[in-house]
Amino acid sequence: MAEFIRASPSPAKHPVTQNATPAVTSAVTPAISFRNVSKRYPGGYEALTSISFDIAPGELVFISGHSGAGKSTLLKLVPAIERASAGAVLINGQNVSAMKRTAIPYLRRNLGLIFQDQKLLHDRNALENVLLPLQLSGSSPAEAARRARAALDKVGLLAREKANPVTLSGGEQQRLCIARAIVNRPGILLADEPTANLDADYAADIMAMFKSFHDVGVTVLIATHDSKLSARHQAGGARVLQLDHGRLGLEAGA
Amino acid sequence: MRAWFHQHVQSFRTTRARLKQSPLSSALNVLVIGVALALPLGAYVLLLNMQRVAGLLATAPEMSVFMSANAAATDIAQVVSAIKASPAAKKHRFVPRDQALAELKKNEGMGDILGTLQSNPLPDAFVIELAGSDTATAEVLSRDLAKLPKVAHVHLDSAFIRRLDALLGLVRIAVFVLTALLAVGLIAVTFNTIRLQILTLRDEIEVSKLIGATNAFIRRPFFYLGILQGGLGGVIALVILALAGGLMNLEIARFAATYDSNFRLQALDWQAALHFLVFAAGLGWAGAYLSVSKHLWQIEPR
Repeated sequence: MAEFIRASPSPAKHPVTQNATPAVTSAVTPAISFRNVSKRYPGGYEALTSISFDIAPGELVFISGHSGAGKSTLLKLVPAIERASAGAVLINGQNVSAMKRTAIPYLRRNLGLIFQDQKLLHDRNALENVLLPLQLSGSSPAEAARRARAALDKVGLLAREKANPVTLSGGEQQRLCIARAIVNRPGILLADEPTANLDADYAADIMAMFKSFHDVGVTVLIATHDSKLSARHQAGGARVLQLDHGRLGLEAGA
Repeated sequence: MRAWFHQHVQSFRTTRARLKQSPLSSALNVLVIGVALALPLGAYVLLLNMQRVAGLLATAPEMSVFMSANAAATDIAQVVSAIKASPAAKKHRFVPRDQALAELKKNEGMGDILGTLQSNPLPDAFVIELAGSDTATAEVLSRDLAKLPKVAHVHLDSAFIRRLDALLGLVRIAVFVLTALLAVGLIAVTFNTIRLQILTLRDEIEVSKLIGATNAFIRRPFFYLGILQGGLGGVIALVILALAGGLMNLEIARFAATYDSNFRLQALDWQAALHFLVFAAGLGWAGAYLSVSKHLWQIEPR
């Protein structure tokens, strides 16, 4: 496991303070830090209003809320797919909102993104999909193939490496998406509704996978509208951020 | 450095894979570019050959002086001394009218015709070989000789050479304009090809950007494609030209043989061909660059 996932790049990897909300002036640089972040789309719709929270390195955090609450927007601010209209988004202490366009690709390489619509490429097989992040960072072909297979193995798809994504089931497609996200050994994983279209067994499977990444020190941030799911994980020690109409509600779990 | 190398290899593989995905349209594109390039290149090669012909003619500029039929020996002596005094004349040869007639009679079929003549219609003549291609002093000599008594006509070849020069200048401009127009055409063809490619690869570009591809990484395969398309088009143009030149040389050989010449169209030398290929590839790159800078920013992940 540790071979595929780099431990989160915190300077000191001491026991992760899971249920405590780290103060903004924490001694450990938060993996993700939102400070009075607002996001207003052209046209005036305000998706997020003055959001502030910190996520410590290695934490497992759920963002919960009804659809349209701003969960996807919040996740998109982290890899700078969207830019905050006000406030600052800091990743490992780096202000993403002020980042130059040319620096953003390098930020994204240190993030594992799992998209709601998966965004798999259907003109290539499973292995080639997982190879893509390695190719664009310039790994040698042999090393890239080795790591891509290791990632596929991790999500249990090694036997299907030649399969086209269309021929995979919904759960398998989601796992392929996860394999692509972890192949670069990111310190932070972001997942947008990773279990939305899956039946209970597959969903549990996927969630167990995220839990195992969290166990080896990866910071994991999962957006879900499924309140039962987040409540269950909250009981298991995860933090849950409640989003309601673009505002952060009382932090359940604090 | 290694990462840089692998990225370039990867980009090249991507380009190759994309070409393989649509082999027919790729081949047609290359063919269109090849034909478009063959036109100005062919015109250029013809121009080179015309210049060569002009050069052959200009190396032996001659002036012919024809005397009146009733010219006396003193008139001829006067012309000789005028020719000797001029710096423009290198050598001269006197062709007496009898000798001219005798030479003419040797020609096939001419003997019979000339036999019917009662008197020799040919005048005494001088053939002057001019020193160098300095037309100004040659013209001075030509005017001086024309003023002498009993000189009927002075024919200077420089008029012809000047006309040829002007004509070559015209052809040169035509070649330049043709080249410029078809270069723009090639850029436009590449621009459009790359535009279509970018549109079909929209998903791939979007996903690549999402997982951390730099703009350079996304642009590079398109640049390779443009360069490859231009370069291959250039190769096609050279092949077309070689075939056309070979065919034309067959006829030219027959034509030249009637002049006892072994003149042939000369093809481009390998250096010129190489320059041409670099030029074609450069045009392909330019088209790709314009297209990529115009269209790529439109694909931003949301």
